Amino acid sequence: MTEVVATNQTILVVGGGISGMTAALEAAETGKQVVLVEKRPFVGGRVTQLYKYFPKLCFPTCGLEINQRRAKMNPNLTILTMAEVTNLEGEAGNYTATVKISPRYVNENCTGCGDCEKAVEAEFDNEFNYGLAGLSKRKGAYLPHKMAHPMRYVIDPAIIGTADADKAKEACKVGAVDLDMQEEEIKFNAGAVIWATGWQPYDANKIQPYGYDRFANVITNVEFERMADPQGPTAGKIVRPSDGKEAKNVAFIQCAGSRDQNHLLHCSRICCMATLKQTHFVQEAYGDEGKSTIYYIDIRAIDRFEEFYMKVKENPNVTFTKSKVASIVENRENQSPILHGVDTEGYNRYANEHDLVVLAVGMEPSVDKGSFPVDIVVNEEGFIEPAPENGGVFAAGCSSDALDVNRAAQQATGAALRAVQVVNRVAGMEG
Amino acid sequence: MSDLNTAMAAKYRANFLKEVEAVVEEGETVKMCMQCGVCAGSCPLGKHWAHPPQEIFMMIRAGKRDEVLKSDSMWMCTSCYNCIVRCPRGVQITHVMHGLAYYAKRLGVVPEGQPTQQVSQLFWDNLMKGGRVNELKLGLSIYFKDGFGDGIKNAMANQKLGMNMMKAGRMSPMEFLSGHTIKDNAGFQKIIKKAQEIEDAKFDGAAK
Repeated sequence: MTEVVATNQTILVVGGGISGMTAALEAAETGKQVVLVEKRPFVGGRVTQLYKYFPKLCFPTCGLEINQRRAKMNPNLTILTMAEVTNLEGEAGNYTATVKISPRYVNENCTGCGDCEKAVEAEFDNEFNYGLAGLSKRKGAYLPHKMAHPMRYVIDPAIIGTADADKAKEACKVGAVDLDMQEEEIKFNAGAVIWATGWQPYDANKIQPYGYDRFANVITNVEFERMADPQGPTAGKIVRPSDGKEAKNVAFIQCAGSRDQNHLLHCSRICCMATLKQTHFVQEAYGDEGKSTIYYIDIRAIDRFEEFYMKVKENPNVTFTKSKVASIVENRENQSPILHGVDTEGYNRYANEHDLVVLAVGMEPSVDKGSFPVDIVVNEEGFIEPAPENGGVFAAGCSSDALDVNRAAQQATGAALRAVQVVNRVAGMEG
Repeated sequence: MSDLNTAMAAKYRANFLKEVEAVVEEGETVKMCMQCGVCAGSCPLGKHWAHPPQEIFMMIRAGKRDEVLKSDSMWMCTSCYNCIVRCPRGVQITHVMHGLAYYAKRLGVVPEGQPTQQVSQLFWDNLMKGGRVNELKLGLSIYFKDGFGDGIKNAMANQKLGMNMMKAGRMSPMEFLSGHTIKDNAGFQKIIKKAQEIEDAKFDGAAK
């Protein structure tokens, strides 16, 4: 049974992505007791699935490592993984949270040696790579990614009860595999709550004319990010999913699902910079042979990133076409996507064939408007409003708005301060 | 130039967008256009237009009154509504196109010989005679709209279709002589006259 020591001076953080981690660490480092609840088997969230950050084109692993180290060193922080908050009752200064913890089948004895992985035979699509999951497999006993924190294996519930599960147990030299683990539900107190459930990429299948569900060589920007990563499904090679051939002529479609009454109303803010960054990946892979074409309505390289945009614009291998692509059809002979539309600089009708299309899909809140386990004020787009009615619940990061990593971390720090203020009031009252 | 055209042009001077907003159906949605061009790309007849919709909207905002009203673009719309469905900003493109066509017609500035406009007029005139469309006469009037020679050619080309329609009872040769009207044609004519007056008053008001 998982034990959590918590009082009404404890801060509960829901979601362990970059925002939740930041908020939890900032609060814990002020000396507060913090419980961080994360749905996935590891913390770090979607940032772990990025290859490089903009604007410096540096690796997210660097910042993650710092955060993970801070987490390990801080005795005030308790991290629950594979856990979900199912209910939250009470008011500022006195909440009771109900948390469901799914069995990992691996306990804290795990050293991350990987013997169980070698012993197990069953393979599954690797969800870490989004829609490219089919291109790479993971075993039934697996480490979600190389830098996972906690550094502990997970056993897929699908192999429980099969011979594979017993193989994993036998292979483990430190007695870490516990096949009798059960789902559990725990309740504990909290004075304030930081809600950091983050975002998810907009479902590209809903943009019917782009054929994401029909054409192999139409992928999303998050998938392209995995593709560029040497640890990713193609070992860092930029190729066409249909035939594995080099993709040297890549089209990026901006506002795929954003700023559209039929999809997401809001501008997702990060996608322009993400695409500008990703043109660098094409360039890195193929030099002058790597061509990128960006189809856009207008480029929104927010504030100080304008310079980054100007540099990409100077690159002769990157073409900007001012046009929202109307539809994509597939060339049946070579599976290349053909983009149809009319540009706005000259009103020229085009039908351009590319090796690969990357849809710059937007951000939507990962928790559906109607699914919050607590009364909370959300706006039309489903992001949490900073409303007084929310009491001691404060949104951090992308649950409050579409933000890049930098802004999410800043915003999370603010949320941590709000939560600290609430539990300080509680402490004051209790003298 | 009609009097109405002169009056409207004088009233709105350089601000054609305001004029469109005031008198064209759904004209107030034009300013929502962000020039993404998805309407043009989604239009099945797009390549036959002189100006795609987003260009028309830009021309409206740029005050290119003559070019817009004399364009054939809005006459090419078949009302498939693909553009409205796809528009990310809710611009009522199909309605605006019809509104522009109607307004241009009303102002008397549609280029002569614009075929869609001619056919629409023939349809209207035919309908107004008896309150229902006389298909035989409408067909013939469309065939012969460009003169006797073309008319004979068109009629010959569609001879088989016409014969089949008659055989199937879909069209009667007797319609050529008289044609049947609705029951209370006089009442119908009154309704139309009244509607026309209301519509005229609207434009008279708009021009003041």
